[in-house]
Amino acid sequence: MLEKKEVSIPDLVDESFKRIAAVDGDVKAFITLDEENARKQAEEAQSAGKTGILSGIPIGVKDNIVTKGLRTTAASQILRNFDPIYDATVVNKLHEAGTITVGKLNMDEFAMGSSTENSSFQKTRNPWNLNHVPGGSSGGSAASVAAGEVPFSLGSDTGGSIRQPASFCGVVGMKPTYGRVSRFGLIAFASSLDQIGPITRNVEDNAHLLEAIVGIDPHDSTSANVPAEKFSANLTGDIKGLRIAVPKEYLGEGVSEEVRQSVLSALKVLEGLGATWEEVSLPHSKYGVATYYLLASSEASSNLARFDGIRYGYRAENADNLIDLYKKTRAEGFGDEVKRRIMLGTFALSSGYYDAYYKKAQQVRTLIKKDFEDVLESYDVIIGPTTPTPAFKIGEIIDDPLTMYANDILTIPVNLAGVPGISVPCGFAENGLPLGLQIIGHHFDEKTVYRVAHAYEQATDFHKQKPGL
Amino acid sequence: MTRISEEQVRHVAHLARLAVTDEEVHTFTEQLDAIITFAEQLNELDTSNVKPTSHVLNMKNVLRKDESAPGLDREDVLKNAPDQQDGQIRVPSIIE
Repeated sequence: MLEKKEVSIPDLVDESFKRIAAVDGDVKAFITLDEENARKQAEEAQSAGKTGILSGIPIGVKDNIVTKGLRTTAASQILRNFDPIYDATVVNKLHEAGTITVGKLNMDEFAMGSSTENSSFQKTRNPWNLNHVPGGSSGGSAASVAAGEVPFSLGSDTGGSIRQPASFCGVVGMKPTYGRVSRFGLIAFASSLDQIGPITRNVEDNAHLLEAIVGIDPHDSTSANVPAEKFSANLTGDIKGLRIAVPKEYLGEGVSEEVRQSVLSALKVLEGLGATWEEVSLPHSKYGVATYYLLASSEASSNLARFDGIRYGYRAENADNLIDLYKKTRAEGFGDEVKRRIMLGTFALSSGYYDAYYKKAQQVRTLIKKDFEDVLESYDVIIGPTTPTPAFKIGEIIDDPLTMYANDILTIPVNLAGVPGISVPCGFAENGLPLGLQIIGHHFDEKTVYRVAHAYEQATDFHKQKPGL
Repeated sequence: MTRISEEQVRHVAHLARLAVTDEEVHTFTEQLDAIITFAEQLNELDTSNVKPTSHVLNMKNVLRKDESAPGLDREDVLKNAPDQQDGQIRVPSIIE
């Protein structure tokens, strides 16, 4: 549209803010808006006549990605007034590509959660049904795109936090291969699992946005030295001869019948396009959730030690001494789920328990990773549902951590193995809420994942349906 | 059998520098006990010959050149500090 000059950049940005004004009172996707700055940038971009494919596209950024001079909270009270002094590498790359950041998106506090109910600011609601959660932790990122407030957003995914909300909100969400995108400026939760990725309304947009943010970064020693690729140039619609693996564990116990049926229908569509599929096993899948909670919480307990009330963030008053200051600051600044995970991680790493819990989980991670390697030796992609059920109701399981954790059973193993995975819309549940198809690929083979996702999307019309907000 | 006692939860909270009320200790003990019990399903697996994975990519010893670069501006550093004086971050007394 922009290329054809059908719309001006200021109009596009204006449209985004108008839509936010109309629906965000209900959806509550944004924590902070940057309207004045965004409008100014839009005028500048228009007069500069930039022509890049992403030039002038409004984007929302998850609030755990630091933006210079724009408040970044990770949805935590401990960072409620935090004003970053630098931009995350992905934000710099967005500037280069010419997108316009309209604001910062709500999330579970420090990305810990699967419903965005753990935000200390507000509960984001699912645009398809406001009584339901949008998923999490990138709930604001998925809801804002589904609600038409922004065409693009960035999320982060540690155990499913891009794919699960994308599935719940009927949009496209990609977790790239670990190392594909720099984590510099992403407020760390679990460093060996975290990845930033794009959420969009369709696969082609998603591929373009990922192209803009990938690459090795001297500021992130875990970013991988692999060549940038034109994922969008590979969306041919041709998947003849594609070999699909369908893990029986992904269609078994705990997965609802309507989710199962939607995936089987999707496999028929893919067969119709010339692909073949076979049932396989990822035998250690059921251990994924336990492994993940031990490892992610252990890493979090270390990463979140930096929030001590000294250099930045909230500081408690009336502390007797330094230790007391740390303890009060953290007790008042962190929410319950964050405390629970810090304590679980501290316990798993503590003397006498390290081998039994942390090291054991690292060993099981090896087995889970090997499951994926074994299957991918003979197949191009692995396909299953993104989540066992459609979006649940707000408040339904918030008091039951283990049930909440079980939501991520189909997405967590992908992070543990470090492979890329996307969620694309694949139907609707009886109650009208969207369902997502998860497509998982080889390390650094986002190209194939996108090609399959695009071929499927073009053969269906689920992505064209919009919530009646 | 309980996996974690209230006393242990208090100790862990201290290690994690979190002040906890008696009520929180009670709730966290129950919840952590359930989570740890759940996590013990990993013991069904024999991992005696399995190497631990801390990182999924095949990269080791990522080094950079040892070159000096400008540090952060003092003004920037102090911008988010909750308490400061004379260009320094102020903290409670740390020596008795």
